[in-house]
Formats: sequence, C-alpha cells, structure tokens
Amino acid sequence: MCVAPAARSMLRRQSILAMSSPTDSSVLDRRSFLLGTAAVAAIAPFLGAAAQDAAPQTWEEAVKKIAGDAQPVTDGKRLTFELPETAENGNMVPFSVAVDSPMNEKEHVRAIHVIATANPQPSVASFRFTPLSGRAAVASRMRLAGTQDVIGLAELSNGTFVMTRRPVKVVIGGFSG
Amino acid sequence: MTKARVKLPESAKVGDVIEVKTLISHMMETGQRKEPDGKPIPRLIINTFSATFAGVEVFKADLHPSIAANPYLAFYMRVPGPGEFEFTWTDDNGERVSEKVKLNVV
Repeated sequence: MCVAPAARSMLRRQSILAMSSPTDSSVLDRRSFLLGTAAVAAIAPFLGAAAQDAAPQTWEEAVKKIAGDAQPVTDGKRLTFELPETAENGNMVPFSVAVDSPMNEKEHVRAIHVIATANPQPSVASFRFTPLSGRAAVASRMRLAGTQDVIGLAELSNGTFVMTRRPVKVVIGGFSG
Repeated sequence: MTKARVKLPESAKVGDVIEVKTLISHMMETGQRKEPDGKPIPRLIINTFSATFAGVEVFKADLHPSIAANPYLAFYMRVPGPGEFEFTWTDDNGERVSEKVKLNVV
C-alpha cells in the first residue's frame, strides 16, 4: 500500500465532499421520507415473489437496517473511502475503506458496511472487526450496476455511526447478462 | 469453490499490525442473471468469510451479490503472539473451504 497516492486522493475527496454537501443534507430528507413509507414497506413482502428476499431493496432501507434511528455523521476524514473516480468495468471495482480508531477494547470500530446506492441489492458487504484487528481497514472489489454514489458506513464501539459518500462513474455496468 | 490463496508477511513481531490478503476462486453468481430462455440463474455466492488467529476472531465479512467474482479481501491484525490463522469461506450451498496458515512470529 503506497501512502502518497492515498494522500493525494484524500485531498481530491475533500473537494468532492465540499461540492456534494447539499446532496448529503438531502439524505436526511430521504430518510424521513422512508419513515413515511414504512407502512408500504411492511406489506411489500406480500406483494410478490421479487420481495421474498429479506435483503434491503433500497439504500435507505439498507442504512436504516444497520443504523436504526441513529443519525450517521458524515465525516470523510475519519472514514476514508478509496474508489476510482471512473470505473471502466463495473464487474470489478476495487475499493478500500478505513476508519481512524485506536482499536483497543475501550474504543474500536465494530463494523464497516458498504452500500451501493443504485445496485439491484444495495448492500455490498459488512466487514466486522475486533480489537485484535489492529486497524479498521479493508480492501476488496465490488460490482456496480452503473454510475452511482457508494456509501461507507462505520459502526463504532460507542454505538455511533460515521459515514462517507463517494460518487463513481461506471463505463460498463456490472450484473450483465 | 476450490483454490484459496493467502498472503502474509514473511515474519512479524508481537505488536506489529500486519496486512493479510486473501483470494478465492468463485463465480459469485448474483441471482440477477438469466439463461437465454429467460430462466433466472439462481444465486450462488460466498456469503461469509471469517479469520481467526489462535482460535480468536480477528475479522469477519458478510458478503452480498455486489461483491465481485473471485472475492479478494485484505485486512489487518495486531500480532498478539505466535499462532496460526484459520480462514473459512462459506457459500450459499453451505460448502466450506478452510485454510490454516502459521504466522512466523520472531
């Protein structure tokens, strides 16, 4: 892992975050909208075979399922999310996500969840850490159906949540066929 | 589900934070694709990965269909002492692959 490109893209990310802050505040609006539609969601499982999978069908549901009523704090410095700005192949998009934490018994990151806002099933993965992890960081590769925002949502040992949202341009979408 | 590969540092000291890289070959069938005749191809993915060291959990991952084929996972551990890793991948059919790798603690 080389540090210099990471630092450079951190600078870039801060400017992206600055630009996207109006979008971030609309997250709250969408979440309260979601509460309003909870009744619809409750009967959705009876509406058809497509809903038989218990997996969240929207990213708002995915966030809600993880954070409940807690309000995640958007902090792109505490939770750094490395993703290409443009992904040529949506079937294999590398990413790495890390949270600044001492990772001891008293204070650690319990989990980092990755959510792709416009994928058929938005939940990508939940990574669970222990104090033995030493660093709350993970790298993997995901599928992205098309251009969209990807969310990193961390669950801290004090019960609070930190999140970062990153836009990714996708040239050829994953989930083909 | 067959070949799994794990990469550890050649040696580590107690207290070091080391990176662990893992890769397994698996098609990670999403459940979103269809046969040419329109029949849906059933989902078949590795849904869980876990790593323990000397019997203690280090890292665990719940994976969904949006994880790419041949799942690659890299994560960290603060070396508590000498010991052996055990990595386990489990797919939707309940099939499991386990790998045990000793860490060279100097």
